[in-house]
Amino acid sequence: MLCGNRRCAHNVKGSTAVRFCENVGKALLTEVGIAVPKGVVVSTASAAADATTKLGPTAIKALVPTGRRGKAGAVRLVSDPAEAAIAVEAILGMRIDGYQVSELLVEQQVPVSQELYAAVVNHASSGGPLMLFSACGGMDVEQALEASPEAVVKCVASVGHGLEPDTVRKAIGDLLPEDCVDAVAQSLLRLYDLYLNTDAEIIEINPLAITTLGAVVALDCKLAVDDAALPRQQSLARLAATEPSTSLEAAAAAAGLKFIELEGDIGILANGAGLTMTTMDAVEVFGGKPANFLEIGGEAYRSADVATALLLRKPGLKSIVVNFCGAFARCDVMAAGVIETWKELEPEIPVFFSVLGTGDTRARSMIRRELGIKPFQDMDDAVRSAVEAAASRS
Amino acid sequence: MILRRNHRILVFGITGRQATHWVGRMVKYGANVVGGVNPRKPGIRHVERKVWASAHDAAKDCRFEVALLFVPPLAARSAAVDAMEAGSNTVVCLTEHVPTRDVMYMIEAATANRASLVGPNTPGLVTPGETFAGIMPAFNPAIFQPGRVGVISRSGSLGTLACHYLTKHGFGVSAFLGVGGDPIVGTSMAEGLRFFAGHGTTEAIVLCGEIGGAMEEEVAECAEAAAKPIVAFVAGRSAPVGRRMGHAGAMVAGRSGTHASKVRALERHGIPVAQLPSELPALLYNVMSGRRSIESSMR
Repeated sequence: MLCGNRRCAHNVKGSTAVRFCENVGKALLTEVGIAVPKGVVVSTASAAADATTKLGPTAIKALVPTGRRGKAGAVRLVSDPAEAAIAVEAILGMRIDGYQVSELLVEQQVPVSQELYAAVVNHASSGGPLMLFSACGGMDVEQALEASPEAVVKCVASVGHGLEPDTVRKAIGDLLPEDCVDAVAQSLLRLYDLYLNTDAEIIEINPLAITTLGAVVALDCKLAVDDAALPRQQSLARLAATEPSTSLEAAAAAAGLKFIELEGDIGILANGAGLTMTTMDAVEVFGGKPANFLEIGGEAYRSADVATALLLRKPGLKSIVVNFCGAFARCDVMAAGVIETWKELEPEIPVFFSVLGTGDTRARSMIRRELGIKPFQDMDDAVRSAVEAAASRS
Repeated sequence: MILRRNHRILVFGITGRQATHWVGRMVKYGANVVGGVNPRKPGIRHVERKVWASAHDAAKDCRFEVALLFVPPLAARSAAVDAMEAGSNTVVCLTEHVPTRDVMYMIEAATANRASLVGPNTPGLVTPGETFAGIMPAFNPAIFQPGRVGVISRSGSLGTLACHYLTKHGFGVSAFLGVGGDPIVGTSMAEGLRFFAGHGTTEAIVLCGEIGGAMEEEVAECAEAAAKPIVAFVAGRSAPVGRRMGHAGAMVAGRSGTHASKVRALERHGIPVAQLPSELPALLYNVMSGRRSIESSMR
């Protein structure tokens, strides 16, 4: 059931979540011994109809890695091949949370007696894994984290020592009929192992169903993997869903840069995630609208030339703020990159520099000499000037 | 958590280009670097210091309290565990993109060995006028001056900017603690605050947070117990939901980790939040006025 046609588009670490569609998650569940309904991945109405002929009444589900499929009408129950075909026609091509539906899962319907919730997530406050379990399916992970202890059982695990079967059995014992406890506990322990082995940030089964025959079956699977772990999760990486991105964002990712396009008209180039966000914030505080997030922190500080060229490709820019606060990143090296591209492309966009920190004296004199622009020493002044320049050009 | 000049530092990955550069700056500033670790180059000398294959080997020849990690992401876990088991009580992990699962093991190793883990993805520790470990411009007099304000930041670049504004307005920094930009880190802002609360030299604290996670909400809960004036800035009010803003930890997911939630939590516990970093000195002056300490906190 693993579909291999999804390419991995995660060249920039830390910029995107690595999400997986339901079919990939379910294939992994099957591998560790958690049952899932019979199903096939299709991309045409006729294939869905054929599958429904074989499987009987089915669920037709869009394969996009987002929790809003149900609300978008991209999950439908059908009872015969004709209905299956109609459902597929309606769902194919839908855009949900930026993801376009090109494949669907056609899955045999399962007679359910109870719907449960199960997840294992990275838990920042305890610095370790957290298992979440509830006898009521249907909530999302945030609700589960906020829910009262009576409704949701939370088990903090130790990565070193793992989860004890007895701990899990005790934790869920009060919430379930006695004859289900062992089977559900076993599924939770297998889910925990899968979480550990895949470097998952979250793995969630919602709902985890107890069928009328008493079997435990996963009716959905949400999986997001830590992108920093992709170097050691290569086989999994190839199965990741393609994240929606604009052509500029994709070009930046290919160059190893983090670029996020926004609605505004004031372009931003800064070093470091915190400073770049702060620069965006300052643009808003002074009454402007940021056009983007683009940072060249860390080792990327040597790519200021490429970053500047990418920024200048963004249509509709009315002014640009370049805000450098050098620590690890050297201001002179970053300034040289901006100057090189600026002289090559000669854009007619007003640009305002604020330069501070490692290599700042040299950077300031280079900007003054090469571009004839006097850099500001205070970022507020640079941002305020850029906002004013943008306003005067509209 | 506060680095002193007499603290002996062992640098993992010392032979790399960036480590060589930064160790040079640290030593010039006064840091006590006793040597380095590179499993492939034991026995050589680098930047006039000995290089061992592991902290375990280094511990046979010398003593060290602090391990500074300039290692590749997938090597961080074993380096940190090696350092802690060899007796280092503080491990500062500068490396970005360490898998979160490895960070969890590093945190458990820290607990087991009664050591502190700072980071990963931290810009390091600075004690202005005395010593530093990491990649902060401690040596730039427009950014760091010795003083009595403790600074805790998730981000290096934003922390640099905040320290600059303090310096520009006459406040000095007692110590800078970079907690790191990852979703899960060893030392949290709340632990940093508890530490500064008990630090005699520190009379006020500046918190530089950002969107994502719950560290700001947690540190807010500790404000009353700290019993020292605190001010804050939180980056990311303009960030879109669901996108990671450079730092792996800086993402608003649904309702949690938002700028508004963090500002609300901080203000509820009496911590004024600046709209921009440039407002931090004025806020600091406000919360400190009425206290005798204000004069002594100014340089």
